[in-house]
Amino acid sequence: MSEYLIRARGIKKHFPIHDGVFCRTVGYVKAVDGVSIDIKKGEIFGLVGESGCGKSTTGRTLINLIEPTSGSVTFEDKVIYDVENKIKVSAKEMQALRRDIQMIFQDPYASLDPRMTVGEIVAEGIVKHKMAKKKEAIEKSMALLELCGLRGSNVNKYPHEFSGGQRQRIGIARALALNPKFIVADEPIAALDVSIQSQVLILMQELKEKLGLTYLFISHDLGIVKYFCDRIGVMYLGNIVEQGTSEQLFSNPQHPYTKSLLSAVPKTHPREVRERIILKGDVPSPASHFTGCKFYSRCPNAIEKCNQEIPELREIEKDHLVSCHCVKLGGKI
Amino acid sequence: MSLDKSVKSQSPWQIGFERLKKNRLAMIGFTLLCIVVTISVFAPLLTSYDRDAIDTLNSYQKPSAEHWLGTDELGRDTFTRLLYGGRISLSVGLVSTSIAVLIGVILGTTGGYHGGHIDNIIMRIVDIFMCFPFFLIAIVVAAILGPSIWNVMIISGILGWTGIARIVRAEVLSLKEREFIEAARALGLNSRDIIIKHIIPNIMAPIIVYATLGIARGILSEAGLSFLGLGVKPPTPSWGNMLAAAQSMRSLRLHWWLWIPPGCLVFFMILSINFLGDGLRDALDPKLKQ
Repeated sequence: MSEYLIRARGIKKHFPIHDGVFCRTVGYVKAVDGVSIDIKKGEIFGLVGESGCGKSTTGRTLINLIEPTSGSVTFEDKVIYDVENKIKVSAKEMQALRRDIQMIFQDPYASLDPRMTVGEIVAEGIVKHKMAKKKEAIEKSMALLELCGLRGSNVNKYPHEFSGGQRQRIGIARALALNPKFIVADEPIAALDVSIQSQVLILMQELKEKLGLTYLFISHDLGIVKYFCDRIGVMYLGNIVEQGTSEQLFSNPQHPYTKSLLSAVPKTHPREVRERIILKGDVPSPASHFTGCKFYSRCPNAIEKCNQEIPELREIEKDHLVSCHCVKLGGKI
Repeated sequence: MSLDKSVKSQSPWQIGFERLKKNRLAMIGFTLLCIVVTISVFAPLLTSYDRDAIDTLNSYQKPSAEHWLGTDELGRDTFTRLLYGGRISLSVGLVSTSIAVLIGVILGTTGGYHGGHIDNIIMRIVDIFMCFPFFLIAIVVAAILGPSIWNVMIISGILGWTGIARIVRAEVLSLKEREFIEAARALGLNSRDIIIKHIIPNIMAPIIVYATLGIARGILSEAGLSFLGLGVKPPTPSWGNMLAAAQSMRSLRLHWWLWIPPGCLVFFMILSINFLGDGLRDALDPKLKQ
């Protein structure tokens, strides 16, 4: 087995735009436009970017929750799908794989079924995969709730009796119920207030160490990603523009977009001097056609080549990949 | 820890019914409904007369201590027939609504959840069924198959599922985009599991409301068809054919006890079911009330 748990090659998700009387397809929203990610076992991979850049869609496409347009994903040497070579696991195999791949959702108010008790919610997967009988499953879910910092006796309560942070813990308990190896956490703390954010993060960190989990952590909060993730990918309009270890990315950002993102992180000290890079213009529509770099229209140091040639993701130093024509090997502009 | 266990947790259903209890009109409707259901079910215990016992010597008797609501042209006790008629009318309402709800929920959830061509086909079938004029079809079918209580139930059920299918489909369309449905898919549940365990419990509220109102519609259409002589066959009494039997000018003028009681019962039954239905809607879906 390789050191990588999940490997994605050029995954794309294009949503068709229908228009007119006959609902013809007039174009595509390229939510994810060729993303390649390799996530090592026991690692936390962060995915950051502004709203609408395709972070969540990437997460969902990666674990086959939405039908991919193209690309391939390999999980533990097993090909989940490979659109180009027309390989796809059967629905039954995918169901079995769901045991190993779980997801924590963004909105704790929408991700729990209001008509089910907390015990039923957490135990649902256990019962479905026949890992235990209903009664044992409820007992197991009590233990899971305790693990996530809730009282086990809460199993008979309904989601509406809990606060947002508690609900998110229930969501985490549900994701853990199947003993997964890989968890996609889709902005798990975005809907929580700051005091609870840290609690949930610490909980996720503890569980990772205790259960040997691997995370794909989707977030737009750079401050959190910096400390929480081992490696980070920065997304812009459906592509990863820069990828590297947390250290590399924060101390030596190369892509102009990463630089401007980092400059927007609030200062932690009033006397800290930092240049604020403000980008001009708006994000282009993900449905538009690009001949070159997608960042061309907003880039402060764009050259002619950027509008004609699509930059590739190149390794400038070990583990540090940048997709920019202006960045030379070794990280010099 | 021990404190927690003693606190009783309320399900969304219990909260809804608590709210229903505070709605006075709905509770009046519910009480009336219960009374009529009880007296219809226990009809043999409440009257000493036989439903179809003919006593021509005592025809057209006025209400008296002996015959509480008088007798009809064949000397049958009107009160007795009213009670037994309630059984027929209520069961027609109940069965036809069950048929309609069953078809409507199955087709509505299938169409709404799967979308695409399946949805298109189902919704076009709904459109076609909605074009049928109810009474015309009912009369034709009753004429072909012959008037009987079962035919009334089936006709009314088969022509009445379109409304609920549309409601269910609309609810499913918005529900399936919710994150907990995606969470269920991430857990490895297939579409059948998701529809049964997540979709249907969450659309129960509109289904219950619609079904309640559907019972009223079923009773009404039974009364209408029986009045036209195409519903329940005499001598089996139903509120509809009791009204039909009293439609002569003579009866209308002289024998008020033959048509006022069944008419009033139909009226109050529909009214109370509608009150209950409205109350249920407000109680189970508090968002609507604002």
